[in-house]
Amino acid sequence: MYTQALNSPEEGSLAEDAVRASRFQARIDAEERIEPNDWMPAAYRKTLVRQISQHAHSEIVGMLPEGNWITRAPSLRRKAALLAKVQDECGHGLYLYAAAETLGASREELVDAMLAGKAKYSSIFNYPTLTWADIGVIGWLVDGAAIMNQIPLCRCSYGPYARAMIRVCKEESFHQRQGYEIMLTLCRGTAEQKAMAQDALNRWWWPVLMMFGPPDQASQHSDTSTKWKIKRFSNDELRQKFIDATVPQAQYLGLTIPDPEMTQDEQGHWRHGPIDWNEFKQVLAGNGPCNRDRLAARRKAHADGAWVREAAAAYAEKRARRQMAQAAE
Amino acid sequence: MATPNTPLWEVFIRSRNGLAHKHCGSLHAPDATMALQAARDLYTRRGEGLSIWVVPSSAITASDPADKAMMFEPAESKIYRHPTFYEVPEEVGHM
Repeated sequence: MYTQALNSPEEGSLAEDAVRASRFQARIDAEERIEPNDWMPAAYRKTLVRQISQHAHSEIVGMLPEGNWITRAPSLRRKAALLAKVQDECGHGLYLYAAAETLGASREELVDAMLAGKAKYSSIFNYPTLTWADIGVIGWLVDGAAIMNQIPLCRCSYGPYARAMIRVCKEESFHQRQGYEIMLTLCRGTAEQKAMAQDALNRWWWPVLMMFGPPDQASQHSDTSTKWKIKRFSNDELRQKFIDATVPQAQYLGLTIPDPEMTQDEQGHWRHGPIDWNEFKQVLAGNGPCNRDRLAARRKAHADGAWVREAAAAYAEKRARRQMAQAAE
Repeated sequence: MATPNTPLWEVFIRSRNGLAHKHCGSLHAPDATMALQAARDLYTRRGEGLSIWVVPSSAITASDPADKAMMFEPAESKIYRHPTFYEVPEEVGHM
């Protein structure tokens, strides 16, 4: 499961019923959960539909880089685990679409927006998986970063989103552990295997740090999301937590974090060097290494499945007609 | 996209014998058979259930949160419906 703070600018909110809006905020402040049929400000609904559907698209597109290695997994054990993991990502996407739909969006319109390239998904999936070690790094770091993002979302003010996240987080721990196990095996293997692990870490480290979104001073509407308790920690706070958790894990593997400026401060925090935010912007704008491939693969899968959806709908309709006729007899 | 939107189903799972079916989420499927299969794949990948119900979401009638006070407030003021409202001397023992 993969979230990302994308922070696209919010349009100006309409004039809302001030009384209802203040009652709504009071419920949020009292840590009450908001449920689908409750009154909510239009901007809250819109923010959630955008965030939850982006999150869902990320899960679905996220199956592609890993699916790439299912047939080439080095053993049956690894293959079974990777298959189960990719199936989980699909499941996470579906829980999330269902949560977004409780806000009044239809599945078809959400999926169409993604296929049309109008909806965003996590930038991380626009990078290629060149070697088997990339599968290890994805589990360990990409899922690790996703867990950092998702644990606070289990307490998000919107009930259906929070409940979906609880389910997802329970399943996510396996993903990270299987990734770390792959890394550990490679790092204890031959010199070539260890070099492959280091190379994968070198390529993924910076894109993974970008998963937490732009730095706090550049982030436009974290304020509203924080006020509404959709977001509980800032991008930089989550990034720091992730780095502090990850550096010792890399040290245990005997790998080097590809950041010459990484140092530990007096409080024990690992401080990173500058992140290339231009690369992040480029990838989000559609110019990452795999953006076009990913969308093309999703469009092809959707088009190839069209006859199945049509046949299933036609069969359901035929059965329903027959039942009606039988009931009328 | 000429196909009509696929119907929505609510999924209920009995996690152990002796427990009630509990709502766990929703999914889209063209008919009940496919809804059951999808529910199996989506909600019981780790042995979460022994039995599944799927119900068309359109068949559910829900109370309106705006009517919350009218619906549930009357019960709140009737504390005499709870056993602790009544006094039984300690000498009588557990009742």
